[in-house]
Amino acid sequence: MPAQASTERQAPDQAKRRRVLTAKVGLDGHDRGVKVVSRALRDAGVEVIYAGLRQTPEMVVEAAIQEDVDAIGVSLHSGAHMTLIPRILELLKERNATDIVVFGGGIIPQDDADALKKIGVVEIFGPGTSLQSIIDFVNKGFKAA
Amino acid sequence: MSLAGGLLSGDVRALARAISLAEDRDPQATALVAELQPQTGRAFLVGLTGSPGTGKSTLADALVKVIRDRQQTVGVIAVDPSSPFTGGAVLGDRIRMSRHTLDKGVFIRSMGARGHLGGLAAATREAIHLLDAYGRDVILVETVGVGQSELEISTICDTVVLVLMPESGDAVQTIKAGILEIADVFVINKVDLGGAEKTRRLIQDAMALGPRQAWRPPILMASAAKEEGIGPLWDAILGHQAFLKESGGLAARRQQRLKQEVVALVAERARDEARRVLDGDTAVGRRLRENRNGKLNPYALAEEVLGQRGPQGGS
Ligand SMILES: Nc1nc2c(ncn2[C@@H]2O[C@H](COP(=O)(O)OP(=O)(O)OP(=O)(O)O)[C@@H](O)[C@H]2O)c(=O)[nH]1
Ligand SMILES: [Mg+2]
Repeated sequence: MPAQASTERQAPDQAKRRRVLTAKVGLDGHDRGVKVVSRALRDAGVEVIYAGLRQTPEMVVEAAIQEDVDAIGVSLHSGAHMTLIPRILELLKERNATDIVVFGGGIIPQDDADALKKIGVVEIFGPGTSLQSIIDFVNKGFKAA
Repeated sequence: MSLAGGLLSGDVRALARAISLAEDRDPQATALVAELQPQTGRAFLVGLTGSPGTGKSTLADALVKVIRDRQQTVGVIAVDPSSPFTGGAVLGDRIRMSRHTLDKGVFIRSMGARGHLGGLAAATREAIHLLDAYGRDVILVETVGVGQSELEISTICDTVVLVLMPESGDAVQTIKAGILEIADVFVINKVDLGGAEKTRRLIQDAMALGPRQAWRPPILMASAAKEEGIGPLWDAILGHQAFLKESGGLAARRQQRLKQEVVALVAERARDEARRVLDGDTAVGRRLRENRNGKLNPYALAEEVLGQRGPQGGS
């Protein structure tokens, strides 16, 4: 009965919002980029949960699960991306949450970006990324262009 | 496992998913909340409201620490505004509570208001029920910092904490907007900035003008950032809870809340039903669509829509 009683509600696809967790992972304090990306995502209609600075992979994954996001966007400038990003992917596997996609940004050399994409990161946005390409990324359902 | 089963067995993902369904106004959420209803009613519901930037999230963080030190589990629901243009939002309350992320006894959920007025989201009530069924001892709800219209919080919580800060004109505004009446506990945050005493006198004077109530809301001083005065604040909140229990006010409040919730549910269904009737192949819908000269009477149409209720809606 309750299920029946609720069918008059607004169709879910009308209200369904995409949610993204953004975070600075590692110890550096450069948060300008991640804030710009967060606002671009908001302008693309996304609900962005900004988790802030100095997040560990464990914190990022736990917050992403509690917030039930579609995607995690991490920004790194510390050079530790080849250990921290794979660790996030590993934790998502452990939590049966691989449906949450991961994208990255910050200072990540092309070779590393390629390697990260091979292990499952959907996209890496470099320093010169246009806001439009981020919006396109959202509209394609968090898939690379 | 079903979502309800997962949630009751303590699966964080199931809880998080269930809240998303409620946020997306998915019919499954209504069914789920209805199914879990027998498991609810145990949590203590505390609302934190006040103007933007007064320190609600920082206070929530500090309160969570005190509550955890006293061996209770917590759920936090933090509502922030959504953009009226894109529907998007940057939800920033969680940042202030970062240190609790890995504590299994703390669940934090950020919500965009998604066009709902009153300082909350349409799904806040459902999220409270879900956290309650999940077994949280205390649920903290932080409203949007809108300053004037966040009165809805008083219809969904047991105890409402109004957060002010010193010397900002903020207290004066609040008094003008008539928000004092909804406060069960006042807290003047950021006492480290000075000027709190003046703000306290302002509130006291304003309260002296009001009717004498059985519960006199205490005025606490705190610095959330320095974690000073937080234990006493929590004690004052518990003091109000004890008063509600002893005076029978808790039952009265919960009954009032139940009524409000039924009204909200009926209103939501009625709105959808009205749209369905007007968009559908009905006499009134056709007349509305064919009307070109704007001479239709909205009052008469509304009566007609209300008269149409039932043929497809009854189950
Ligand atoms: N000096 C001082 N600053 C504080 C205190 N508590 C919070 N703040 C600062 O006040 C600012 C706003 O704090 P928040 O906790 O985000 O305030 P809020 O009421 O949740 O804000 P909104 O959710 O945007 O309405 C932050 O910069 C905090 O660091 C305090 O006790 N003393
Ligand atoms: Mg806040």
